Amino acid sequence: MTDLTRLSAADLADKLAAGDVSSVEATQAHLDRIAAVEPAVHAFLHVSADEALATARDVDARRAAGEELHTLAGVPIAVKDIIVTKGLPTTAGSRILEGWVPPYDATLVSRIKDAGLPILGKTNMDEFAMGSSTEHSAYGNTHNPWDLDRIPGGSGGGSAAAVAAYEAPLAIGTDTGGSIRQPGAVTGTVGVKPTYGSVSRYGLIALASSLDQAGPVTRTVLDSALLHELIGGHDPRDSTSIDEPLPGLVAAARQGATGDLAGVRVGVVRELQGEGYQPGVLARFEESLDLLRQAGAEIVEVSCPHFGYALGAYYLILPSEASSNLAKFDGMRFGLRVEPEDGPATAERVMGATRGAGFGDEVKRRIILGTYALSAGYYDAYYGSAQKVRTLIQRDFAAAFEQADVLVSPTAPTTAFKLGEKLDDPLAMYLNDVATIPANLAGVPGLSVPNGLSDDGLPVGFQVLAPAKADDRLYRVGAALEALLEAQWGGPLLDRAPELEVGK
Amino acid sequence: MSTQTVDLVDYDEAVRRYDPVIGIEVHVELGTATKMFCPAPAVFGEEPNTSVSPVSLGLPGALPVVNGTAVEYAIRIGLALNCQIAESCRFARKNYFYPDVPKNFQTSQYDEPIAFDGYLDVELDDGEIFRVQIERAHMEEDAGKNTHVGGSTGRIQGAEYSLVDYNRAGIPLVEIVTRPIEGAGERAPEVARAYVQTLRDIFRALGVSEARMERGNVRADVNLSLRPTPESVLGTRTETKNVNSFRSVERAVRYEVSRQAAVLDAGDTVTQETRHWHEDTGITTAGRVKSDAEDYRYFPEPDLVPVNPSREWVEEIRATLPELPAARRRRLQGVWGFADAEMRDVVNAGAIELIEATVAAGASPAAARKWWMGELARTAKTQEVELGDLPITPAQIGQLQALVDSGRINDKLARQVLEGVLAGEGDPEQVVVARGLEVVSDDGPLLEAIDATLAAQPDLAEKIRSGNQGPIGAIIGAVMKATRGQADAGRVRELVLERLSEG
Repeated sequence: MTDLTRLSAADLADKLAAGDVSSVEATQAHLDRIAAVEPAVHAFLHVSADEALATARDVDARRAAGEELHTLAGVPIAVKDIIVTKGLPTTAGSRILEGWVPPYDATLVSRIKDAGLPILGKTNMDEFAMGSSTEHSAYGNTHNPWDLDRIPGGSGGGSAAAVAAYEAPLAIGTDTGGSIRQPGAVTGTVGVKPTYGSVSRYGLIALASSLDQAGPVTRTVLDSALLHELIGGHDPRDSTSIDEPLPGLVAAARQGATGDLAGVRVGVVRELQGEGYQPGVLARFEESLDLLRQAGAEIVEVSCPHFGYALGAYYLILPSEASSNLAKFDGMRFGLRVEPEDGPATAERVMGATRGAGFGDEVKRRIILGTYALSAGYYDAYYGSAQKVRTLIQRDFAAAFEQADVLVSPTAPTTAFKLGEKLDDPLAMYLNDVATIPANLAGVPGLSVPNGLSDDGLPVGFQVLAPAKADDRLYRVGAALEALLEAQWGGPLLDRAPELEVGK
Repeated sequence: MSTQTVDLVDYDEAVRRYDPVIGIEVHVELGTATKMFCPAPAVFGEEPNTSVSPVSLGLPGALPVVNGTAVEYAIRIGLALNCQIAESCRFARKNYFYPDVPKNFQTSQYDEPIAFDGYLDVELDDGEIFRVQIERAHMEEDAGKNTHVGGSTGRIQGAEYSLVDYNRAGIPLVEIVTRPIEGAGERAPEVARAYVQTLRDIFRALGVSEARMERGNVRADVNLSLRPTPESVLGTRTETKNVNSFRSVERAVRYEVSRQAAVLDAGDTVTQETRHWHEDTGITTAGRVKSDAEDYRYFPEPDLVPVNPSREWVEEIRATLPELPAARRRRLQGVWGFADAEMRDVVNAGAIELIEATVAAGASPAAARKWWMGELARTAKTQEVELGDLPITPAQIGQLQALVDSGRINDKLARQVLEGVLAGEGDPEQVVVARGLEVVSDDGPLLEAIDATLAAQPDLAEKIRSGNQGPIGAIIGAVMKATRGQADAGRVRELVLERLSEG
């Protein structure tokens, strides 16, 4: 029997539909894999084996009864720990939420449950999604399955590592500045940040409300399309949700997989390459462009002159919104509560003690930054100016999309760095997201697809960006590149990842 | 409780030497079915923390959605206050840490209120109209409610622990802010009271709130400053928070005028601060010093999109606005033909609706006013209840008056019928029957009584017969007495004259 954990979600779904395997078998196979590799990878903060198997049994029974089920019914999934799940602990990687069990489901979780996907557990992440390495988790590092001494990217390193290590065929990530795409790039997996408003944020613990977007983390572009169609679409509980049907994402992925990109204009963003990018990253990027050209795409160079200000604007807007979003963690209603060691336990002092003990350094750093940026007298210079930059970046995108149907760049400037390497240098850490941040500032969708190994033998990602609400273009171009590369390689990139030492 | 004693300047003396300027912020809780940003019910008096949702508890991941009805109510209020309605406006976050604010920020409108630049004409006790300029009316959410347990005062100082009830958290509020109200002079307290009272009447007429002061549906913060003359620059103001009855609004302004005058007279400066109003002692005490350093770090609420009320919708709402209380009073006064003073008494007694309903039940306006402002007003006063709370309906007063008009009872009997209705004996008709109060209209018993009376007083009968009508009153009185007042006096007179001319 084939190893069920090696199948793509689409292939597993086919086998489930055909009755070749049961969801219980598939779920158990993944739980076994989790048990085997977690000591090395630590992608999960919580494994919900009983709940997952219960869902699997239910799906199997419904399928046996002839009920019409969702395409992905019975395919297991992992969920980033920043998404609230009724009855399952949700910490957002923070000590301050240790032990909190939400009384409600995020909209996307409701959709996953309604469709019958067993939820394997909650994945590790940088605390409140602040970071690019998952090292800022309060619950330990996640290790990159390609090299356990290296970071899996962040903030969604857990979801990416889980998928790369075959612990789950599907995972949910969230992307505020690259937290889906950058981990995808450094773990050789696919990650998509949908158009802002395309997937409901209801139940997503907010980092920066105007930037956050949940999306799929998978091993294939088609799997991302299937998952995106499941979790996306209008939600009246999210005021920023787009009240329009999604474009055909699965259809676009299937169309792209034919490898034909005739007539597609691909814009290379001049500002997202060159200095600061590893030579191996740039080499793979150029090779991928050649492949796209061979597939019939027209490659044009575009300029987005304000992208150079994106990182600066991002690190004003994000901390500002985060400083307010994280105010609710005060020990008064849920989660950690710490009483001051001496003196009276007034509300203010309990709040202070709780936040002091419950938040990690990176979170405190950004809360302080944001509080400062919003202060009277500084608001215009910082938050106000950053919003202006945001408008300029949106205009850059609009102009670029006049000349090209999609924009492309390397997803991250480097391959996975060593654990601990940049932990003491926040600015170096922030630079990991230089290519992914502009999409969040403009609300446009982005995809990262693995496009080879750098000189150091570690995976590299190729980023595709599309205009807002044209997420289908990501899937068409992403699937085409994936098909062309895999034809060249003779299989998926992940086949070249080292086998994890699995204790039996 | 503060026991500080403060020298006060006599109010009349204070306003002779200082010009008071007031500013009033009124919060009204809207009577929507659900909260401002979530589907939790907006209700009063439930078990603590039961009318809540992930949104109103500020749980991680929860997102707000604007209540469309609350927006409509805010627009109604804005239009009633002659405001401009914004074509686009946003919510903002007002960041501050306090346990009754579940997210540790209040979602409010900051620099983009839904309504702005209006005015309200306020009628004072003597009928004079005073125009109050409205700066803005904006939407926001209410906070939860803290209860401090232990300690003697119920205040946070000395309490052992505190409880928070989030049922109120997220209830929609509209805050209405006046521009500085100048030119009221010595009548500033009265203007302040009349303004809040007029607003309350408007909220009720608009149907946007039950506007019950005692439940805190309407809460007023009163700003006051003094300056030497109306030409001087504005003085330093204090803000007296949560003044929750009309009378208290008036008293709080009077008190602050006297207190600030004393401070200024002593050569000191007024401290810019919030002050607490003490209903029991009628004084204000210092609260938090309002320094300019207080920084709420307002920024646009990124979880919400702008509210863009279309002009068509605004006009639709305008077209369905009910007649506002002042206009209605003017119209009804005209229709009813009441004098100014009469109308003012009716208004002050809260009898407009009662009289209107009584007229609708068939009584003449004069008769309706006579009953409600006379016999019933006296009864209400004796029993210390509101006129409207008496156990009698306008329809019953209509029936009562109809019985009088038809001659079945006379005024004297009508008062007994009224007494019966108030005693719960049923409708006027039932009381008349049960108590046997109908006017005796059958001539037989009357003639019997007349004959008996004339026979008992032959000298008076002789005088009348000889043309002297003087003593007829005495005869009628005696007959009325014999019939226990149930006779129609006019008919008795006719019958007496008939009888005597026969003989």
